[in-house]
Amino acid sequence: MVTIRDLHFAYRRRMVFSGLSLDLTPGHIYGLLGRNGTGKSTLLRSIGGFLFPRQGDIDVLGYTPGKRQPDFLQRIFLLPEELFLPPLPVRRWVRVQAAFYPRFSQEQFNKLAAGFSLPLDGRLDEMSYGQQKKVLICFALATNADLLLMDEPTNGLDIVSKSQFRKVMAGAVDANNCIVISTHQVKDLENLIDRVTIIDEGRILFDQTIDAISRTLLFRLSYDPKEAAAAIYSESSFRGNALILPNSTGEENAPDLEMLYKAVMLRGEQLNLLFK
Amino acid sequence: MEFSQSQAIYLQIADFVCEKILLKEWPPEERIPSVRELAVQLEVNPNTVMRTFEFLQQKEIIFNQRGIGFFVGPQAVNHATQYRLETFMDRDLPQVFRSMWLLGMNPEDLNKPFEKYKKQNFNR
Repeated sequence: MVTIRDLHFAYRRRMVFSGLSLDLTPGHIYGLLGRNGTGKSTLLRSIGGFLFPRQGDIDVLGYTPGKRQPDFLQRIFLLPEELFLPPLPVRRWVRVQAAFYPRFSQEQFNKLAAGFSLPLDGRLDEMSYGQQKKVLICFALATNADLLLMDEPTNGLDIVSKSQFRKVMAGAVDANNCIVISTHQVKDLENLIDRVTIIDEGRILFDQTIDAISRTLLFRLSYDPKEAAAAIYSESSFRGNALILPNSTGEENAPDLEMLYKAVMLRGEQLNLLFK
Repeated sequence: MEFSQSQAIYLQIADFVCEKILLKEWPPEERIPSVRELAVQLEVNPNTVMRTFEFLQQKEIIFNQRGIGFFVGPQAVNHATQYRLETFMDRDLPQVFRSMWLLGMNPEDLNKPFEKYKKQNFNR
């Protein structure tokens, strides 16, 4: 669905990507993690055709995003982290925007909005950031885009809305579409994403399915100092040492994505070797 | 549903389904929620629920009727009991034993609290 080869991108002189390659296939929810300023948003915008690569190729659904062909744009949706919305009544804005997306369903939008208890009578500019975000989440899903790119979608959402967000996302992914969510709030999405992609310093540092991670790595709490010594990554907690060990039995366990992220930052190469 | 750390999520969902079956909330031969419905309810990736269903099919706890959905198997209660018994012995009991050993307890010490628990929770 998305093929990126040898992507180079820079903002003036500041290099962001110098040879990034990535493949995204349908039927998955990808979690895109990385430090602030490592290029998560830049990557999403490049895939969406908002930024143009200096070098390298991006192919999305057979299109080159940078050409911004209408046929391409109506099949993707990018939910930005920062929202710039016009001072329009919500219903009016939805009507105007919907014209660009032939597969948009008003009925679906209304249902999603009701799920978030979202009032539709107000004006966009009079809504809080969280409410605006919910309007866009509902709109994004109702476009029935093949590729949904979401930049920090849970930022600004209250606890109930985060739960509702997970529900609608769980219901939104199917065999034909693909969802990419960039986030710092791994805990919000831990059971939702089925592939983890970590970028750092302009390249892919780690890219594995949750299934592969849970077979290859063992996340456990242990009081055993010998085990702690054998760990790839460890942090002390009041319940003993939280460890990441090589998973020698292959017995699957639930990965702690926050720990995995820290481990990748510190020992990315060592971790990646285990997946070979 | 509150997921615990350590056990794979698809297995935790398998436990959840077995529990529904053992409590007869989902009776034999009846249709169970679809992959999508369960994914939405539990806020997990539908691929994870699909794995749970494949796993439970292998254990003959549920079966698939093409185009209609998944159903509770005719022998589901037996198979689910068998499966949960295995996981209880392998996974849960060692932890209980560890606490008992630390506290200097014997299996007999559990008789009274167990009777009380059954009365309080299941009226038996």
